[in-house]
Amino acid sequence: MEVLDIIKPENQVFCKTKLMTDTALSYCPGCGHGTAHNLTMEVIEEMGIVEDTIGVAPVGCSVLAYDFMNIDMTQAAHGRAPAVATAIARTWPQKYVFTYQGDGDLAAIGTAETIHACNRGENIVIIFVNNGIYGMTGGQMAPTTLEGMKSSTSPYGRVVETMGSPIKMTELVANLPGVYYATRQAVHTHKHVRKAKKAIRKAFENIKLRKGLSFIEIVSNCNSGWKMTPNDANNWMEENMFAYFPLGDIKVNGKLKQ
Amino acid sequence: MSELKLMKGNEALAEAAIRAGADAYFGYPITPQSEVIEYLMAQRPEKRTGMVVLQAESEVAAINMVYGAASTGKRVMTSSSSPGISLKLEGISYLAGAELPAVIVNVVRGGPGLGTIQPSQADYFQSVKGGGHGDYKLYVLAPASVQEMSDFVEDAFDIAFKYRAPVLILSDGLIGQMMEKVNLKDQKPRMKDEELIKRYNHWAVTGKKGRERNIITSLDLQSEKMEARVRRLMKKYKQMEEEDLRFEKINCDDAEYLIVAYGSSARIAQKAVELARDKGIKVGLLRPITLFPYPKQQLFELADQVKGILSVELNAGQMVEDVKLAVQHKVPVEHFGRTGGIIHTPEEILEALEQKIIKNGSIRHHKTRESSIL
Repeated sequence: MEVLDIIKPENQVFCKTKLMTDTALSYCPGCGHGTAHNLTMEVIEEMGIVEDTIGVAPVGCSVLAYDFMNIDMTQAAHGRAPAVATAIARTWPQKYVFTYQGDGDLAAIGTAETIHACNRGENIVIIFVNNGIYGMTGGQMAPTTLEGMKSSTSPYGRVVETMGSPIKMTELVANLPGVYYATRQAVHTHKHVRKAKKAIRKAFENIKLRKGLSFIEIVSNCNSGWKMTPNDANNWMEENMFAYFPLGDIKVNGKLKQ
Repeated sequence: MSELKLMKGNEALAEAAIRAGADAYFGYPITPQSEVIEYLMAQRPEKRTGMVVLQAESEVAAINMVYGAASTGKRVMTSSSSPGISLKLEGISYLAGAELPAVIVNVVRGGPGLGTIQPSQADYFQSVKGGGHGDYKLYVLAPASVQEMSDFVEDAFDIAFKYRAPVLILSDGLIGQMMEKVNLKDQKPRMKDEELIKRYNHWAVTGKKGRERNIITSLDLQSEKMEARVRRLMKKYKQMEEEDLRFEKINCDDAEYLIVAYGSSARIAQKAVELARDKGIKVGLLRPITLFPYPKQQLFELADQVKGILSVELNAGQMVEDVKLAVQHKVPVEHFGRTGGIIHTPEEILEALEQKIIKNGSIRHHKTRESSIL
């Protein structure tokens, strides 16, 4: 059977949501951002809340998220998305407000904004894509870069004694009472994609229920920054990233998982 | 019906924000402006008008909260004092770049560094020359009384929305802390969400409904697009110069000498003008009310009439550069100012005028001396 024989509407099991624009993604082939974007937009479309959704884009690889997400969006200064989202959610309490941030944005320069938005229990969703590296600026060390992992600013590998340990943001914020839901997901296989989508859906439902902050970490790859093929990057991620950043729920319905 | 009250400048400003129908205030305490958020919190504006007031975790967070609310077309304000404004400058640059309306208040204290908590006008350069990164300007209002602390809030919102640009109210510790009588304006209702969406539907992010998506950003990776954005900003600033310049001339008609001063310095200089006139010296005062746009043409014309100009500022000599640029070497221009939180007296100003200007002022086109601080 030829590939063209398979590509037929009746065989289609997965398609792009209307809330993704036709603009070609600026992400590297193999990167998880596109899937994470798609899942977020699918949830918004399926919930029928596009007219009441406002997204906040970060600085980093996903700075241009607003080119791809066909919804109203504002682009925040580096790390400040949770502060921007706080004000939108406070002045428009009936809206669905979410931020989409990377690890440099959320876990380094924006740590204060992240922790305090979580601590205040802002009624927003934070989608945190963790690929252990600064992708957009060309592969520098992130707060989430693993021990021994090479980057352009840790060319001999991350040395914990001098550079600190990779930070586990989701575990950290899960301990704050304002966080209602904290989970760590992945989007590199169909199984993970379905789980991640359920988590995103749950987070947006939490906004509707005014439950406080939902924090979704998506552990992803950066094959360009990691200098691997997409397939090798995914294998490396499963072996190394998931070992340090284990997938699964950390806090559900305001209760920490044991 | 207005209401007459005795209030601190900072409190009058906070009350004016509620009465102007502001939707939100985000701030962080710093002396000498903490009364703004303290007053707002005590007033329960969420009950009075539904206004949101939130103490942020930092000045950085506060200005980015302003950015968020402004992105949605809400009338939003923040205030701080010098070191805090330095922290806000990144966000202010983003507001200017993304063309968002917002009101920022700086109750200036002495610097550099942690400086002092006493009054100062040492943030003039920062306020009128950009301050943050990139090609942008702020519309800058300089109140000289508690009354103006109150009045300028609504004016600032009007300008911010007229141009979709951030507006700065440049006050100082003196105006912020002193008490005067103030006529408070009537309460204006906050704009209803439906009205806001109708009015700002062409740009504000309120949720994509019945239109294409709106995007707020200051990023243009294509150079031509970025240059077009900068040109659009420059066009706004030119229009501000043409339509919204504000200044006050006091005793200028027969003046032989001129003092230029804004804000608290203008209040003190006004007394110095009286003292000079008691001695038979014909001195006038030009008070720029907006520091950008600046009364360049008015100064250029006054330079044909007077023998010399003294720029009086609570700093080591900042606005004097703009006076010199406007006057274009027609007459001597000197600076007088105190720093460190010391406030000059009217007598000191008169003395400086006599020593720096009147003694040398008879020679026109005189080469100006280096400014010195008493």
